[in-house]
Amino acid sequence: MFDSLGDRLGGVFKRLRAKGRLTEADVNEMLGEIRTALLEADVNIGVVRNVVERIRVQAIGAKVAEALDPGQQIIKIVNAELVAMLGGETLKIAYASQPPTVVLMAGLQGSGKTTSAAKLAAWFKAQGRNPMLVGADLQRPAAVEQLKVLGAQINVPVFSAPGDPVATAAAGLAEAKRIGRDVLIVDTAGRLAIDAEMMQQVSDISAAVKPDYTFLVVDAMTGQDAVTVAKAFDETLSISAVILSKLDGDARGGAALSVKEVIGKPIAFAATGEKMDAFEQFHPDRMASRILGMGDVLTLIEQAEKVFEKEQAEAAAAKMFEGEFTLDDFLDQLQQIKKMGSLTNVMGMLPGVTKEMKNAQISDDMLTVTEAIIYSMTTEERRKPEIINGSRRTRIAKGSGTQVSDVNKLVKQFSEMQKMMKRMGGMAGKGGKKGGPMAGIPADLAAALGSRPGSR
Amino acid sequence: MNNISLPIIFLVLAVVVLVFGFGVVWLNRRKPAAPVVQRATPITKTAVVEKLVAEKVVVEEAVEEVAVTEVVAVVEKASVRDRLSKARSAFGGAVTSVLTRSEISDTTWDELEEALLRADVGVRVAQELMQPLRARVKSKEIVSPQQLIDALRQDMSAHLVSTDRELRFDATIEGPNIWLMVGVNGAGKTTSIGKISAQQTALGRTVMMAAGDTFRAAAGEQLATWAERSGAEIIRGAEGGDPSSVIFDAVQAANARNIDLVLADTAGRLQSNTNLMEELRKVRRVAEKGAGTVTEVLLVIDATTGQNGLSQARVFAEATQVTGIVLTKLDGSAKGGIVFAIETELGIPIKLVGLGETITDLVAFNPIEFVDALF
Repeated sequence: MFDSLGDRLGGVFKRLRAKGRLTEADVNEMLGEIRTALLEADVNIGVVRNVVERIRVQAIGAKVAEALDPGQQIIKIVNAELVAMLGGETLKIAYASQPPTVVLMAGLQGSGKTTSAAKLAAWFKAQGRNPMLVGADLQRPAAVEQLKVLGAQINVPVFSAPGDPVATAAAGLAEAKRIGRDVLIVDTAGRLAIDAEMMQQVSDISAAVKPDYTFLVVDAMTGQDAVTVAKAFDETLSISAVILSKLDGDARGGAALSVKEVIGKPIAFAATGEKMDAFEQFHPDRMASRILGMGDVLTLIEQAEKVFEKEQAEAAAAKMFEGEFTLDDFLDQLQQIKKMGSLTNVMGMLPGVTKEMKNAQISDDMLTVTEAIIYSMTTEERRKPEIINGSRRTRIAKGSGTQVSDVNKLVKQFSEMQKMMKRMGGMAGKGGKKGGPMAGIPADLAAALGSRPGSR
Repeated sequence: MNNISLPIIFLVLAVVVLVFGFGVVWLNRRKPAAPVVQRATPITKTAVVEKLVAEKVVVEEAVEEVAVTEVVAVVEKASVRDRLSKARSAFGGAVTSVLTRSEISDTTWDELEEALLRADVGVRVAQELMQPLRARVKSKEIVSPQQLIDALRQDMSAHLVSTDRELRFDATIEGPNIWLMVGVNGAGKTTSIGKISAQQTALGRTVMMAAGDTFRAAAGEQLATWAERSGAEIIRGAEGGDPSSVIFDAVQAANARNIDLVLADTAGRLQSNTNLMEELRKVRRVAEKGAGTVTEVLLVIDATTGQNGLSQARVFAEATQVTGIVLTKLDGSAKGGIVFAIETELGIPIKLVGLGETITDLVAFNPIEFVDALF
């Protein structure tokens, strides 16, 4: 959808390379592209301005024109800057000496407070704590029921009483003390930052339960308004940390950067799925490359891990690297990858996928055609595509409802891929990082492959 | 092979297919493509848009043919501008600095762009809006900052005014009309159904709600509360049940009881979740298997949504033939500018705007008020 920063800078540097040195105008053009990339990722415009200025200073100091690949070097600078901005101080939970440790959840309507409250309770439980939930959202119909159902799922008690949210929260605290729970999570109603009355109410709740931690739940899809919201909630409640919700979508999530920069509080957790355990501690490095549209390799790997059978995958990779990969194996893998979602989606997560490739928008229909062709081959043909001659080709084309030229293309492609895989196998085996150019594999993907830590 | 860690293997496998797939496209480009592969060539963005527009036209024509009585949601006339005054006074007009200058300078353009970006219209749309204005300033057609702002507002509303924004209710069809609500998690689907239901019952129509959100805990209870408040009936399924069958049952029940309108809720889903989008496709399909006809598919978008809104609209429209946008939570500090991009680029009309928590706070979209409130 949007161009990644790599694509944007790629265009600029193609022209620059011929010149050999950067003028001020060149630097400005480059910074303009960085600015656009950040804005398209929903980073707040004020924050963008600051980031771009900081990058300007570093870019000039780094003498990028002398680098082999100035584009990559700039991306590295931008990436490092974002990681630094997103990271920094992390949130360490210090449990209250007199339990319970009280956590207050706040945020806009629909940002995901109730779900996050339950996920957070599950997380505390996994840390060996005994959490309790309080439903103080008496505004939205059935919000308390929702919390009770979720509480039952994760086996955490939920307290609520009708009437006044402030009184309910206070009663919840008393109840937690009475039954001896050591963490109390208070869910509150969603409210607009500009609704003075509702902001006063949450402030009263806060005064009543005196939270040790106040978490602001921010939707990863939020646009420019994230800053206004974060500021208002921080001023009213003094936020301890942010929970970024709905991060399993395809939003770039620039809001994370905006919020972090404006209120200076760490992003503690990220909610990454519909299930109760889809809740993890925040990774600044992943977020940085996501904002820049540089692909999210780690997420891709996680998704792949869910659909691929471990042994099968290992066997297939081994075959691949030794050049013994057959069309049958290919078909197998094709089907696994289809489970990961649409190809365009998967491709979006790969780093270094060029603009041209993205624009090609590989359709999933194409996979169906490819499958049909392979299905129309005999076992022997699948094992040794080189035996496919004219009459076999005609038969396969007829069987799959395609043209002979399509069959040709597939066979040709396959053999090229086999060669490439063999070469990659050699490199991966050596663990070489700086191997020669890998045909067809984008440079930073190759780097990612080479530099992945050895075990997981 | 043991020294190769698992993640690398997974990556490689992904790359294999991708490189392979790309290769096919690339080869096609070099040679004149064979017919079959051409058929398989992916739908480009413009093609999707054209298709959407085409489908929309078809629907409209069909609707006209059967001489529909289209009814506007009659509600208390709440001015968007009035409702937004709170937000505006709190944060000030972003264009005031433009207006305080005596002439149009580079700074003016920067500030104007910033105002547009702050409203979430997006970089590209902002530039597209400013380009013709630059030309008009150059030719001295526009000379003062005030003229510039007025021209921008006019241009923006001109992009929005021509569209038909009425909710489609076809009294001539057999069986109930079905309005399907779709959207990401937390956009405000269930609440919007409650408000729409209240307005439709006020118009004298009988309403049946279908609790198609069988995933989120207590979503059924939430909807049941709204059904009670608005005097609608409701059909619920088991939590974790099949949403398609709940909606199908509701349509059948509505038909049997001679109810005019089925408002079908669906679970929130992120558009990147392929399986859930497949499920939604099925919901849309199955909804019409019974006695009713789907006359509206409303995509609910939260005004705080940034540039991801465009992706939401594109994917949901592709899966369910969205007929309109409901922009919720516009009474906050967010401006909802992304819907400008959605309507102008994808041709999906914004039909309703949510301005608060009470039943009368869902109003018909007014382009001029919306644009005025943007900055």
